[in-house]
Amino acid sequence: MAEKPNLKDFVTQVRRDILRQVHKVNSGHPGGSLGCAEFFSVLFTEVLRTKDNFDMDGKEEDLFFLSNGHISPVYYSVLSRSGYFPVQELNTFRHIDSRLQGHPTTHEGLPGVRIASGSLGQGMSVAIGAALSKKLNNDKNLVYSLHGDGELQEGQNWEAIMYAAGNKVDNLIATVDYNGQQIDGSTDDVLPMGNLKAKFEAFGWIVLEEDNGNDIDAVRNILANAKSKTGQGKPVVILLKTVMGNGVDFMMHTHAWHGKAPNDEQLEIGLNQNPETLGDY
Amino acid sequence: MKTYENTGNKDTRSGFGAGLDVLGDTNPDVVALCADLTGSLKMDAFKDKHPERFFQVGIAEANMMGIAAGMTIGGKIPFTGTFANFSTGRVYDQIRQSIAYSGKNVKICASHAGLTLGEDGATHQILEDLGLMKMLPGMTVINTCDFNQTKAATIAVAEHKGPVYLRFGRPKVPNFTAVDQSFEIGKAVKLQEGSDVTIVATGHLVWEALEAAKTLYDQGILAEVINIHTIKPLDEEAIIKSVKKTGCVVTAEEHNYLGGLGESVARCLTQNHPRPQEFVATQDTFGESGTPAELMEKYGLNAKAIVEKSKKVIERK
Repeated sequence: MAEKPNLKDFVTQVRRDILRQVHKVNSGHPGGSLGCAEFFSVLFTEVLRTKDNFDMDGKEEDLFFLSNGHISPVYYSVLSRSGYFPVQELNTFRHIDSRLQGHPTTHEGLPGVRIASGSLGQGMSVAIGAALSKKLNNDKNLVYSLHGDGELQEGQNWEAIMYAAGNKVDNLIATVDYNGQQIDGSTDDVLPMGNLKAKFEAFGWIVLEEDNGNDIDAVRNILANAKSKTGQGKPVVILLKTVMGNGVDFMMHTHAWHGKAPNDEQLEIGLNQNPETLGDY
Repeated sequence: MKTYENTGNKDTRSGFGAGLDVLGDTNPDVVALCADLTGSLKMDAFKDKHPERFFQVGIAEANMMGIAAGMTIGGKIPFTGTFANFSTGRVYDQIRQSIAYSGKNVKICASHAGLTLGEDGATHQILEDLGLMKMLPGMTVINTCDFNQTKAATIAVAEHKGPVYLRFGRPKVPNFTAVDQSFEIGKAVKLQEGSDVTIVATGHLVWEALEAAKTLYDQGILAEVINIHTIKPLDEEAIIKSVKKTGCVVTAEEHNYLGGLGESVARCLTQNHPRPQEFVATQDTFGESGTPAELMEKYGLNAKAIVEKSKKVIERK
Protein backbone atom coordinates (compact mmCIF):
# COMPACT_ATOMS: atom_id res chain seq x y z
CA MET A 1 0.00 0.00 0.00
CA ALA A 2 1.28 3.47 -0.88
CA GLU A 3 2.18 5.85 1.91
CA LYS A 4 -0.87 7.65 3.19
CA PRO A 5 -0.94 11.29 2.13
CA ASN A 6 -1.28 13.97 4.73
CA LEU A 7 -5.04 14.08 5.04
CA LYS A 8 -5.22 17.81 5.59
CA ASP A 9 -3.30 18.41 2.37
CA PHE A 10 -5.44 15.86 0.61
CA VAL A 11 -8.65 17.60 1.68
CA THR A 12 -7.33 20.99 0.63
CA GLN A 13 -6.48 19.66 -2.81
CA VAL A 14 -9.91 18.05 -3.08
CA ARG A 15 -11.50 21.43 -2.37
CA ARG A 16 -9.45 22.99 -5.16
CA ASP A 17 -10.50 20.19 -7.50
CA ILE A 18 -14.16 20.79 -6.65
CA LEU A 19 -13.96 24.52 -7.30
CA ARG A 20 -11.98 24.14 -10.51
CA GLN A 21 -14.29 21.43 -11.91
CA VAL A 22 -17.50 23.42 -11.45
CA HIS A 23 -15.90 26.71 -12.46
CA LYS A 24 -14.57 25.40 -15.76
CA VAL A 25 -17.94 24.17 -16.95
CA ASN A 26 -19.95 26.80 -15.06
CA SER A 27 -22.23 24.16 -13.57
CA GLY A 28 -22.31 21.53 -10.87
CA HIS A 29 -22.75 21.38 -7.12
CA PRO A 30 -19.89 22.82 -5.05
CA GLY A 31 -21.70 23.37 -1.73
CA GLY A 32 -22.47 19.80 -0.74
CA SER A 33 -19.23 18.61 -2.32
CA LEU A 34 -17.14 20.89 -0.13
CA GLY A 35 -19.11 19.86 2.94
CA CYS A 36 -18.23 16.22 2.36
CA ALA A 37 -14.56 16.64 1.44
CA GLU A 38 -13.32 15.32 4.78
CA PHE A 39 -15.72 12.36 4.76
CA PHE A 40 -14.70 11.23 1.28
CA SER A 41 -11.01 11.80 1.94
CA VAL A 42 -10.95 9.76 5.13
CA LEU A 43 -13.19 7.05 3.71
CA PHE A 44 -11.20 6.46 0.54
CA THR A 45 -7.68 6.91 1.90
CA GLU A 46 -8.01 5.21 5.27
CA VAL A 47 -11.19 3.20 5.66
CA LEU A 48 -12.26 1.36 2.53
CA ARG A 49 -10.47 -1.95 1.98
CA THR A 50 -10.48 -2.30 -1.77
CA LYS A 51 -8.76 -4.42 -4.36
CA ASP A 52 -6.11 -2.94 -6.65
CA ASN A 53 -8.21 -3.19 -9.76
CA PHE A 54 -11.79 -2.05 -10.02
CA ASP A 55 -14.44 -4.55 -11.04
CA MET A 56 -18.21 -4.21 -10.96
CA ASP A 57 -18.86 -7.23 -8.75
CA GLY A 58 -16.73 -5.90 -5.90
CA LYS A 59 -16.36 -9.24 -4.19
CA GLU A 60 -14.01 -9.49 -1.20
CA GLU A 61 -13.72 -5.74 -0.78
CA ASP A 62 -15.59 -2.87 0.83
CA LEU A 63 -18.08 -1.00 -1.34
CA PHE A 64 -19.24 2.58 -1.38
CA PHE A 65 -22.43 3.98 -2.90
CA LEU A 66 -23.16 7.67 -3.35
CA SER A 67 -26.91 8.23 -3.23
CA ASN A 68 -26.90 12.03 -3.47
CA GLY A 69 -25.17 11.93 -6.82
CA HIS A 70 -25.12 15.68 -7.37
CA ILE A 71 -22.03 15.97 -5.20
CA SER A 72 -20.11 14.26 -7.97
CA PRO A 73 -17.26 16.84 -7.91
CA VAL A 74 -15.99 15.58 -4.55
CA TYR A 75 -16.57 11.95 -5.59
CA TYR A 76 -14.61 12.36 -8.82
CA SER A 77 -11.80 14.26 -7.14
CA VAL A 78 -11.32 11.65 -4.44
CA LEU A 79 -11.71 8.71 -6.83
CA SER A 80 -9.08 10.13 -9.17
CA ARG A 81 -6.69 11.02 -6.39
CA SER A 82 -7.15 7.51 -4.99
CA GLY A 83 -5.99 6.07 -8.29
CA TYR A 84 -9.23 4.99 -9.92
CA PHE A 85 -8.60 7.11 -13.03
CA PRO A 86 -6.17 9.82 -14.13
CA VAL A 87 -6.48 13.10 -12.27
CA GLN A 88 -6.27 14.93 -15.60
CA GLU A 89 -9.69 13.52 -16.44
CA LEU A 90 -11.22 15.96 -13.95
CA ASN A 91 -10.77 18.45 -16.80
CA THR A 92 -13.62 16.72 -18.61
CA PHE A 93 -16.21 17.07 -15.83
CA ARG A 94 -19.66 17.64 -17.38
CA HIS A 95 -18.18 18.03 -20.85
CA ILE A 96 -19.42 16.21 -23.94
CA ASP A 97 -18.00 12.68 -24.39
CA SER A 98 -16.81 12.53 -20.78
CA ARG A 99 -16.92 9.66 -18.32
CA LEU A 100 -17.43 12.30 -15.63
CA GLN A 101 -21.12 12.94 -16.19
CA GLY A 102 -22.97 15.60 -14.24
CA HIS A 103 -24.21 12.85 -11.99
CA PRO A 104 -22.26 9.61 -11.52
CA THR A 105 -23.04 6.74 -13.84
CA THR A 106 -21.80 3.29 -14.73
CA HIS A 107 -22.86 3.96 -18.29
CA GLU A 108 -19.53 5.40 -19.41
CA GLY A 109 -17.50 2.80 -17.50
CA LEU A 110 -15.86 5.13 -14.98
CA PRO A 111 -13.87 3.03 -12.49
CA GLY A 112 -15.10 3.40 -8.93
CA VAL A 113 -18.76 3.89 -9.76
CA ARG A 114 -21.11 0.92 -9.41
CA ILE A 115 -24.52 2.59 -9.72
CA ALA A 116 -25.99 5.65 -11.35
CA SER A 117 -27.33 8.20 -8.89
CA GLY A 118 -28.78 11.66 -9.07
CA SER A 119 -32.47 11.00 -9.02
CA LEU A 120 -32.62 11.02 -5.24
CA GLY A 121 -33.63 8.41 -2.72
CA GLN A 122 -32.47 5.25 -4.46
CA GLY A 123 -29.00 4.63 -3.04
CA MET A 124 -30.06 3.14 0.29
CA SER A 125 -31.92 0.32 -1.44
CA VAL A 126 -28.97 -0.35 -3.73
CA ALA A 127 -26.56 -0.43 -0.80
CA ILE A 128 -28.83 -2.88 1.02
CA GLY A 129 -28.91 -5.09 -2.07
CA ALA A 130 -25.13 -5.10 -2.28
CA ALA A 131 -24.93 -5.87 1.44
CA LEU A 132 -27.33 -8.82 1.01
CA SER A 133 -25.22 -10.05 -1.88
CA LYS A 134 -22.15 -9.96 0.37
CA LYS A 135 -23.95 -12.02 2.98
CA LEU A 136 -24.93 -14.61 0.36
CA ASN A 137 -21.32 -14.73 -0.82
CA ASN A 138 -20.06 -15.06 2.76
CA ASP A 139 -18.06 -11.91 2.12
CA LYS A 140 -17.25 -10.19 5.41
CA ASN A 141 -16.44 -6.81 3.90
CA LEU A 142 -18.70 -3.83 4.46
CA VAL A 143 -20.96 -1.60 2.41
CA TYR A 144 -20.84 2.17 2.96
CA SER A 145 -23.28 4.70 1.57
CA LEU A 146 -23.78 8.45 1.68
CA HIS A 147 -27.10 10.28 1.58
CA GLY A 148 -28.17 13.88 1.75
CA ASP A 149 -30.36 14.93 4.66
CA GLY A 150 -32.90 16.58 2.36
CA GLU A 151 -32.77 13.41 0.31
CA LEU A 152 -34.45 11.59 3.18
CA GLN A 153 -37.65 13.36 2.15
CA GLU A 154 -37.88 10.76 -0.62
CA GLY A 155 -40.14 7.97 0.64
CA GLN A 156 -38.11 5.10 -0.80
CA ASN A 157 -35.50 5.74 1.89
CA TRP A 158 -37.97 4.82 4.59
CA GLU A 159 -38.94 1.62 2.81
CA ALA A 160 -35.24 0.80 2.77
CA ILE A 161 -34.63 1.89 6.35
CA MET A 162 -37.49 -0.35 7.50
CA TYR A 163 -36.22 -3.26 5.43
CA ALA A 164 -32.61 -3.03 6.60
CA ALA A 165 -33.52 -3.11 10.28
CA GLY A 166 -36.21 -5.74 9.87
CA ASN A 167 -33.82 -8.02 8.02
CA LYS A 168 -30.72 -7.39 10.15
CA VAL A 169 -28.60 -5.89 7.39
CA ASP A 170 -25.72 -5.30 9.79
CA ASN A 171 -22.91 -5.05 7.23
CA LEU A 172 -24.06 -1.62 6.12
CA ILE A 173 -22.86 1.79 7.32
CA ALA A 174 -25.02 4.58 5.93
CA THR A 175 -23.94 8.17 6.48
CA VAL A 176 -26.28 11.13 6.27
CA ASP A 177 -24.69 14.41 5.24
CA TYR A 178 -26.52 16.44 7.84
CA ASN A 179 -25.95 19.98 6.64
CA GLY A 180 -29.52 21.20 7.09
CA GLN A 181 -29.67 22.72 3.61
CA GLN A 182 -31.37 21.90 0.35
CA ILE A 183 -32.04 23.74 -2.90
CA ASP A 184 -34.96 25.85 -1.77
CA GLY A 185 -33.56 26.71 1.66
CA SER A 186 -32.97 25.09 5.01
CA THR A 187 -34.47 21.63 5.47
CA ASP A 188 -36.50 23.04 8.35
CA ASP A 189 -38.08 25.55 5.97
CA VAL A 190 -38.63 23.17 3.07
CA LEU A 191 -39.89 20.12 4.92
CA PRO A 192 -38.91 19.78 8.57
CA MET A 193 -36.92 16.61 9.16
CA GLY A 194 -37.85 16.30 12.81
CA ASN A 195 -35.61 14.23 15.02
CA LEU A 196 -33.60 12.08 12.63
CA LYS A 197 -31.86 10.22 15.43
CA ALA A 198 -35.17 9.23 16.99
CA LYS A 199 -36.57 8.29 13.61
CA PHE A 200 -33.70 5.95 12.74
CA GLU A 201 -33.73 4.48 16.24
CA ALA A 202 -37.46 3.89 16.05
CA PHE A 203 -36.85 1.90 12.88
CA GLY A 204 -34.24 -0.21 14.69
CA TRP A 205 -30.93 1.23 13.55
CA ILE A 206 -27.80 1.91 15.56
CA VAL A 207 -27.42 5.69 15.32
CA LEU A 208 -24.12 7.52 15.75
CA GLU A 209 -23.89 11.29 15.77
CA GLU A 210 -20.92 13.47 14.92
CA ASP A 211 -21.26 17.22 15.18
CA ASN A 212 -17.88 17.97 13.60
CA GLY A 213 -18.18 16.34 10.23
CA ASN A 214 -15.58 18.66 8.78
CA ASP A 215 -12.93 17.66 11.30
CA ILE A 216 -10.66 14.94 9.94
CA ASP A 217 -10.03 13.29 13.30
CA ALA A 218 -13.71 13.36 14.18
CA VAL A 219 -14.63 11.75 10.85
CA ARG A 220 -11.91 9.14 11.29
CA ASN A 221 -13.15 8.31 14.78
CA ILE A 222 -16.83 8.13 13.93
CA LEU A 223 -16.17 5.83 10.97
CA ALA A 224 -14.06 3.56 13.18
CA ASN A 225 -16.78 3.60 15.81
CA ALA A 226 -19.39 2.75 13.17
CA LYS A 227 -17.32 -0.15 11.92
CA SER A 228 -17.10 -1.52 15.46
CA LYS A 229 -20.90 -1.54 15.61
CA THR A 230 -21.37 -3.70 12.52
CA GLY A 231 -22.20 -7.38 12.78
CA GLN A 232 -24.51 -6.83 15.73
CA GLY A 233 -27.78 -7.55 13.97
CA LYS A 234 -28.57 -3.93 13.17
CA PRO A 235 -27.70 -1.51 10.37
CA VAL A 236 -25.60 1.48 11.36
CA VAL A 237 -26.16 5.11 10.43
CA ILE A 238 -23.91 8.10 11.07
CA LEU A 239 -25.61 11.47 11.28
CA LEU A 240 -22.67 13.57 10.17
CA LYS A 241 -23.16 17.28 10.73
CA THR A 242 -21.30 19.15 8.03
CA VAL A 243 -21.15 22.72 6.80
CA MET A 244 -22.19 23.21 3.23
CA GLY A 245 -19.44 24.98 1.32
CA ASN A 246 -16.89 24.25 4.03
CA GLY A 247 -13.42 25.66 3.41
CA VAL A 248 -14.54 28.50 1.16
CA ASP A 249 -15.78 31.25 3.44
CA PHE A 250 -18.35 32.87 1.19
CA MET A 251 -19.92 29.50 0.35
CA MET A 252 -20.38 28.42 3.97
CA HIS A 253 -23.61 28.29 5.97
CA THR A 254 -25.85 28.95 3.00
CA HIS A 255 -27.78 26.94 0.44
CA ALA A 256 -26.92 29.51 -2.22
CA TRP A 257 -24.02 27.41 -3.52
CA HIS A 258 -25.93 24.15 -3.72
CA GLY A 259 -25.86 24.14 -7.50
CA LYS A 260 -24.02 27.27 -8.57
CA ALA A 261 -20.51 27.67 -9.93
CA PRO A 262 -18.13 30.43 -8.85
CA ASN A 263 -17.14 33.10 -11.37
CA ASP A 264 -13.48 33.87 -12.12
CA GLU A 265 -13.07 36.22 -9.21
CA GLN A 266 -14.85 33.93 -6.75
CA LEU A 267 -12.75 31.02 -7.92
CA GLU A 268 -9.58 32.94 -7.21
CA ILE A 269 -10.76 33.78 -3.70
CA GLY A 270 -11.70 30.17 -3.08
CA LEU A 271 -8.38 28.86 -4.39
CA ASN A 272 -6.42 31.40 -2.35
CA GLN A 273 -8.14 30.03 0.74
CA ASN A 274 -7.04 26.54 -0.28
CA PRO A 275 -3.46 26.63 -1.58
CA GLU A 276 -2.27 23.90 -3.92
CA THR A 277 -0.91 20.88 -2.05
CA LEU A 278 -0.79 17.69 -4.13
CA GLY A 279 -0.68 19.45 -7.48
CA ASP A 280 -3.52 20.68 -9.63
CA TYR A 281 -4.64 18.53 -12.54
CA MET B 1 -53.14 -25.65 -41.76
CA LYS B 2 -51.33 -26.71 -38.63
CA THR B 3 -53.42 -27.63 -35.64
CA TYR B 4 -52.45 -26.75 -32.11
CA GLU B 5 -53.82 -28.72 -29.23
CA ASN B 6 -54.72 -27.07 -25.96
CA THR B 7 -53.29 -29.52 -23.45
CA GLY B 8 -55.36 -27.94 -20.69
CA ASN B 9 -55.84 -24.39 -19.51
CA LYS B 10 -53.08 -23.09 -17.26
CA ASP B 11 -52.05 -19.67 -16.06
CA THR B 12 -48.88 -18.11 -17.43
CA ARG B 13 -47.87 -16.98 -13.94
CA SER B 14 -47.63 -20.64 -12.96
CA GLY B 15 -45.27 -21.06 -15.89
CA PHE B 16 -43.12 -18.36 -14.33
CA GLY B 17 -43.25 -20.13 -10.97
CA ALA B 18 -42.27 -23.42 -12.60
CA GLY B 19 -39.39 -21.79 -14.47
CA LEU B 20 -38.17 -20.07 -11.33
CA ASP B 21 -38.32 -23.39 -9.50
CA VAL B 22 -36.05 -24.93 -12.15
CA LEU B 23 -33.63 -22.01 -11.89
CA GLY B 24 -33.53 -22.41 -8.13
CA ASP B 25 -32.22 -25.93 -8.60
CA THR B 26 -29.90 -25.21 -11.51
CA ASN B 27 -28.47 -21.72 -11.03
CA PRO B 28 -27.15 -20.82 -7.57
CA ASP B 29 -26.77 -17.15 -8.57
CA VAL B 30 -30.52 -16.72 -9.06
CA VAL B 31 -32.25 -14.89 -6.23
CA ALA B 32 -35.92 -13.96 -6.03
CA LEU B 33 -37.54 -10.90 -4.50
CA CYS B 34 -41.22 -10.38 -3.92
CA ALA B 35 -43.37 -7.49 -2.70
CA ASP B 36 -46.02 -9.35 -0.71
CA LEU B 37 -47.45 -11.33 -3.63
CA THR B 38 -45.60 -14.63 -3.33
CA GLY B 39 -48.68 -16.76 -3.85
CA SER B 40 -50.05 -14.66 -6.70
CA LEU B 41 -46.70 -14.84 -8.50
CA LYS B 42 -46.41 -18.60 -7.84
CA MET B 43 -43.02 -18.14 -6.22
CA ASP B 44 -43.75 -20.54 -3.34
CA ALA B 45 -41.74 -23.45 -4.66
CA PHE B 46 -38.60 -21.35 -4.98
CA LYS B 47 -39.24 -19.76 -1.59
CA ASP B 48 -39.75 -23.09 0.16
CA LYS B 49 -36.75 -24.83 -1.42
CA HIS B 50 -34.32 -21.91 -1.30
CA PRO B 51 -35.34 -19.66 1.59
CA GLU B 52 -31.84 -18.17 1.82
CA ARG B 53 -32.19 -16.89 -1.73
CA PHE B 54 -35.74 -15.58 -1.37
CA PHE B 55 -36.26 -12.00 -0.20
CA GLN B 56 -39.66 -10.84 1.01
CA VAL B 57 -39.50 -7.08 0.63
CA GLY B 58 -43.00 -6.20 1.76
CA ILE B 59 -45.28 -3.71 0.03
CA ALA B 60 -42.35 -1.56 -1.05
CA GLU B 61 -41.75 -1.99 -4.75
CA ALA B 62 -39.36 0.94 -5.12
CA ASN B 63 -37.11 -0.56 -2.47
CA MET B 64 -37.40 -3.95 -4.16
CA MET B 65 -36.09 -2.58 -7.46
CA GLY B 66 -33.20 -0.85 -5.74
CA ILE B 67 -32.28 -3.91 -3.71
CA ALA B 68 -32.40 -6.01 -6.88
CA ALA B 69 -30.06 -3.57 -8.62
CA GLY B 70 -27.67 -3.73 -5.66
CA MET B 71 -27.71 -7.51 -5.51
CA THR B 72 -26.32 -7.75 -9.03
CA ILE B 73 -23.16 -6.29 -7.52
CA GLY B 74 -21.65 -9.48 -6.23
CA GLY B 75 -22.90 -11.56 -9.14
CA LYS B 76 -26.49 -12.37 -8.22
CA ILE B 77 -29.25 -12.60 -10.83
CA PRO B 78 -32.32 -11.09 -9.16
CA PHE B 79 -35.85 -11.92 -10.30
CA THR B 80 -38.39 -9.45 -8.92
CA GLY B 81 -42.01 -10.50 -8.70
CA THR B 82 -45.12 -8.36 -8.41
CA PHE B 83 -48.08 -7.30 -10.54
CA ALA B 84 -47.26 -5.61 -13.85
CA ASN B 85 -48.67 -2.30 -12.67
CA PHE B 86 -46.41 -2.25 -9.62
CA SER B 87 -43.48 -3.61 -11.64
CA THR B 88 -43.43 -0.68 -14.04
CA GLY B 89 -45.43 2.50 -13.61
CA ARG B 90 -45.07 2.58 -9.85
CA VAL B 91 -41.30 2.21 -9.98
CA TYR B 92 -40.39 3.67 -13.34
CA ASP B 93 -37.64 5.95 -12.13
CA GLN B 94 -36.09 3.27 -9.94
CA ILE B 95 -35.94 0.97 -12.97
CA ARG B 96 -34.72 3.76 -15.21
CA GLN B 97 -31.81 4.93 -13.05
CA SER B 98 -30.81 2.01 -10.84
CA ILE B 99 -31.43 -0.81 -13.33
CA ALA B 100 -31.58 0.31 -16.97
CA TYR B 101 -29.15 3.24 -16.99
CA SER B 102 -26.91 1.38 -14.57
CA GLY B 103 -27.00 -1.67 -16.84
CA LYS B 104 -27.95 -4.08 -14.06
CA ASN B 105 -28.77 -7.72 -14.68
CA VAL B 106 -32.25 -7.64 -13.11
CA LYS B 107 -35.22 -9.66 -14.36
CA ILE B 108 -38.44 -7.75 -13.73
CA CYS B 109 -41.16 -10.39 -13.71
CA ALA B 110 -44.64 -8.99 -13.98
CA SER B 111 -47.87 -10.87 -13.51
CA HIS B 112 -51.54 -9.87 -13.82
CA ALA B 113 -50.80 -7.70 -16.85
CA GLY B 114 -53.62 -6.21 -18.88
CA LEU B 115 -57.38 -6.55 -18.78
CA THR B 116 -57.38 -10.27 -17.95
CA LEU B 117 -56.51 -9.43 -14.37
CA GLY B 118 -60.28 -9.10 -14.31
CA GLU B 119 -62.46 -8.12 -11.40
CA ASP B 120 -59.94 -5.95 -9.53
CA GLY B 121 -60.45 -3.32 -12.20
CA ALA B 122 -58.48 -0.52 -13.78
CA THR B 123 -56.30 0.37 -10.78
CA HIS B 124 -54.51 -2.93 -11.31
CA GLN B 125 -54.96 -3.49 -15.06
CA ILE B 126 -51.94 -1.85 -16.61
CA LEU B 127 -52.22 -1.41 -20.37
CA GLU B 128 -49.21 0.87 -20.70
CA ASP B 129 -46.36 -1.29 -19.42
CA LEU B 130 -44.98 -2.54 -22.73
CA GLY B 131 -44.60 1.03 -23.91
CA LEU B 132 -42.98 2.16 -20.67
CA MET B 133 -40.50 -0.68 -20.71
CA LYS B 134 -39.62 -0.73 -24.39
CA MET B 135 -38.67 2.93 -24.27
CA LEU B 136 -35.91 2.24 -21.77
CA PRO B 137 -32.56 1.87 -23.58
CA GLY B 138 -31.11 -1.61 -23.14
CA MET B 139 -34.30 -3.16 -21.77
CA THR B 140 -35.41 -6.47 -23.26
CA VAL B 141 -39.22 -6.79 -23.28
CA ILE B 142 -40.97 -10.17 -23.42
CA ASN B 143 -44.67 -11.04 -23.29
CA THR B 144 -45.32 -14.77 -23.25
CA CYS B 145 -48.42 -16.55 -24.51
CA ASP B 146 -48.92 -19.69 -22.41
CA PHE B 147 -47.65 -21.75 -19.49
CA ASN B 148 -45.00 -23.67 -21.41
CA GLN B 149 -43.59 -20.62 -23.13
CA THR B 150 -43.52 -18.60 -19.90
CA LYS B 151 -41.62 -21.37 -18.16
CA ALA B 152 -39.13 -21.55 -21.02
CA ALA B 153 -38.75 -17.77 -21.14
CA THR B 154 -38.13 -17.56 -17.39
CA ILE B 155 -35.31 -20.06 -17.69
CA ALA B 156 -33.91 -18.35 -20.78
CA VAL B 157 -33.74 -14.83 -19.37
CA ALA B 158 -31.43 -16.01 -16.59
CA GLU B 159 -28.82 -16.69 -19.26
CA HIS B 160 -29.28 -13.28 -20.85
CA LYS B 161 -26.95 -10.60 -19.49
CA GLY B 162 -28.88 -7.38 -18.96
CA PRO B 163 -32.21 -6.07 -17.73
CA VAL B 164 -35.35 -7.89 -18.86
CA TYR B 165 -39.04 -7.14 -18.49
CA LEU B 166 -40.97 -10.42 -18.52
CA ARG B 167 -44.74 -9.94 -18.74
CA PHE B 168 -47.38 -12.58 -18.12
CA GLY B 169 -50.87 -12.86 -16.72
CA ARG B 170 -53.37 -14.09 -14.21
CA PRO B 171 -56.05 -16.25 -15.89
CA LYS B 172 -55.89 -19.86 -16.98
CA VAL B 173 -55.53 -19.85 -20.74
CA PRO B 174 -54.91 -22.56 -23.36
CA ASN B 175 -51.50 -24.19 -23.08
CA PHE B 176 -50.45 -25.19 -26.57
CA THR B 177 -46.75 -24.54 -27.19
CA ALA B 178 -44.21 -27.35 -26.81
CA VAL B 179 -43.42 -28.59 -23.31
CA ASP B 180 -39.66 -28.44 -23.52
CA GLN B 181 -39.26 -25.73 -26.11
CA SER B 182 -36.09 -23.75 -26.40
CA PHE B 183 -36.78 -20.08 -25.97
CA GLU B 184 -34.75 -17.72 -28.10
CA ILE B 185 -35.02 -14.07 -27.05
CA GLY B 186 -35.82 -11.84 -30.01
CA LYS B 187 -36.79 -14.68 -32.33
CA ALA B 188 -40.33 -14.71 -33.67
CA VAL B 189 -42.15 -18.05 -33.89
CA LYS B 190 -44.22 -18.66 -37.01
CA LEU B 191 -47.26 -20.70 -36.00
CA GLN B 192 -49.19 -20.71 -39.28
CA GLU B 193 -48.17 -20.28 -42.90
CA GLY B 194 -50.43 -17.98 -44.89
CA SER B 195 -50.47 -15.69 -47.88
CA ASP B 196 -53.38 -13.27 -47.41
CA VAL B 197 -52.68 -11.50 -44.12
CA THR B 198 -50.02 -11.56 -41.40
CA ILE B 199 -51.23 -11.64 -37.82
CA VAL B 200 -48.51 -10.63 -35.36
CA ALA B 201 -49.70 -11.44 -31.85
CA THR B 202 -48.22 -11.42 -28.37
CA GLY B 203 -49.23 -12.75 -24.96
CA HIS B 204 -52.78 -13.99 -24.46
CA LEU B 205 -53.68 -12.83 -27.98
CA VAL B 206 -51.54 -15.53 -29.63
CA TRP B 207 -54.11 -18.27 -28.96
CA GLU B 208 -56.84 -15.91 -30.12
CA ALA B 209 -54.86 -15.33 -33.32
CA LEU B 210 -54.77 -19.09 -33.94
CA GLU B 211 -58.52 -19.30 -33.39
CA ALA B 212 -59.00 -16.37 -35.75
CA ALA B 213 -56.85 -18.06 -38.38
CA LYS B 214 -59.13 -21.11 -38.24
CA THR B 215 -62.22 -18.97 -38.80
CA LEU B 216 -60.52 -17.10 -41.64
CA TYR B 217 -59.42 -20.40 -43.21
CA ASP B 218 -63.01 -21.60 -43.25
CA GLN B 219 -63.85 -18.43 -45.19
CA GLY B 220 -61.03 -18.99 -47.67
CA ILE B 221 -58.54 -16.55 -46.15
CA LEU B 222 -55.03 -17.85 -45.39
CA ALA B 223 -53.58 -16.04 -42.38
CA GLU B 224 -49.93 -16.24 -41.40
CA VAL B 225 -49.69 -16.21 -37.60
CA ILE B 226 -46.54 -15.01 -35.86
CA ASN B 227 -46.04 -15.37 -32.12
CA ILE B 228 -43.89 -12.37 -31.27
CA HIS B 229 -43.02 -13.14 -27.65
CA THR B 230 -40.21 -10.60 -27.69
CA ILE B 231 -41.41 -7.03 -28.24
CA LYS B 232 -37.87 -5.67 -27.92
CA PRO B 233 -35.60 -6.45 -29.63
CA LEU B 234 -38.23 -6.95 -32.34
CA ASP B 235 -37.63 -9.69 -34.90
CA GLU B 236 -37.96 -7.23 -37.78
CA GLU B 237 -36.65 -9.66 -40.35
CA ALA B 238 -39.45 -12.16 -39.66
CA ILE B 239 -42.12 -9.45 -39.80
CA ILE B 240 -40.85 -7.83 -43.00
CA LYS B 241 -40.46 -11.20 -44.70
CA SER B 242 -44.01 -12.21 -43.85
CA VAL B 243 -45.61 -8.89 -44.83
CA LYS B 244 -43.72 -8.91 -48.14
CA LYS B 245 -45.59 -12.14 -48.80
CA THR B 246 -49.05 -11.23 -47.47
CA GLY B 247 -49.13 -7.50 -48.14
CA CYS B 248 -50.87 -6.49 -44.90
CA VAL B 249 -50.71 -7.01 -41.16
CA VAL B 250 -52.86 -7.14 -38.03
CA THR B 251 -51.13 -6.73 -34.69
CA ALA B 252 -52.79 -8.11 -31.57
CA GLU B 253 -51.89 -7.34 -27.98
CA GLU B 254 -53.45 -6.87 -24.54
CA HIS B 255 -52.18 -3.30 -24.32
CA ASN B 256 -52.92 0.23 -25.38
CA TYR B 257 -52.47 0.75 -29.13
CA LEU B 258 -50.28 3.72 -28.16
CA GLY B 259 -46.82 2.50 -27.32
CA GLY B 260 -47.36 -1.22 -27.69
CA LEU B 261 -46.42 -4.00 -30.08
CA GLY B 262 -48.52 -2.50 -32.86
CA GLU B 263 -46.56 0.72 -32.91
CA SER B 264 -43.28 -1.17 -32.94
CA VAL B 265 -44.45 -3.17 -35.96
CA ALA B 266 -45.74 -0.02 -37.66
CA ARG B 267 -42.40 1.71 -37.16
CA CYS B 268 -40.57 -1.29 -38.54
CA LEU B 269 -42.77 -1.52 -41.64
CA THR B 270 -42.82 2.23 -42.26
CA GLN B 271 -39.05 2.18 -42.45
CA ASN B 272 -38.73 -1.00 -44.45
CA HIS B 273 -41.87 -2.09 -46.26
CA PRO B 274 -44.95 0.08 -45.71
CA ARG B 275 -48.22 -1.83 -45.98
CA PRO B 276 -51.71 -1.48 -44.42
CA GLN B 277 -51.94 -2.35 -40.74
CA GLU B 278 -54.81 -2.76 -38.29
CA PHE B 279 -54.47 -2.79 -34.52
CA VAL B 280 -56.15 -5.17 -32.11
CA ALA B 281 -55.43 -3.35 -28.85
CA THR B 282 -57.17 -1.12 -26.36
CA GLN B 283 -57.96 2.34 -27.69
CA ASP B 284 -56.27 4.69 -25.23
CA THR B 285 -58.58 3.76 -22.39
CA PHE B 286 -58.45 2.39 -18.87
CA GLY B 287 -60.03 -0.96 -18.14
CA GLU B 288 -62.75 -1.84 -15.64
CA SER B 289 -64.05 -4.71 -13.51
CA GLY B 290 -65.41 -7.83 -15.18
CA THR B 291 -64.45 -11.37 -16.04
CA PRO B 292 -61.46 -11.71 -18.35
CA ALA B 293 -63.66 -13.03 -21.18
CA GLU B 294 -66.18 -10.20 -20.77
CA LEU B 295 -63.43 -7.61 -20.79
CA MET B 296 -61.64 -9.04 -23.81
CA GLU B 297 -64.96 -9.04 -25.67
CA LYS B 298 -65.93 -5.52 -24.63
CA TYR B 299 -62.51 -4.04 -25.48
CA GLY B 300 -62.16 -5.99 -28.73
CA LEU B 301 -59.23 -8.21 -27.82
CA ASN B 302 -60.28 -11.68 -28.98
CA ALA B 303 -60.41 -13.97 -32.01
CA LYS B 304 -63.57 -12.29 -33.26
CA ALA B 305 -61.87 -8.90 -33.27
CA ILE B 306 -58.81 -10.31 -35.05
CA VAL B 307 -61.05 -11.80 -37.77
CA GLU B 308 -62.80 -8.46 -38.30
CA LYS B 309 -59.53 -6.51 -38.44
CA SER B 310 -58.01 -9.08 -40.80
CA LYS B 311 -60.85 -8.69 -43.29
CA LYS B 312 -60.65 -4.93 -42.98
CA VAL B 313 -56.91 -4.79 -43.62
CA ILE B 314 -57.17 -7.14 -46.60
CA GLU B 315 -59.69 -4.73 -48.16
CA ARG B 316 -57.17 -1.92 -47.74
CA LYS B 317 -54.45 -3.73 -49.70
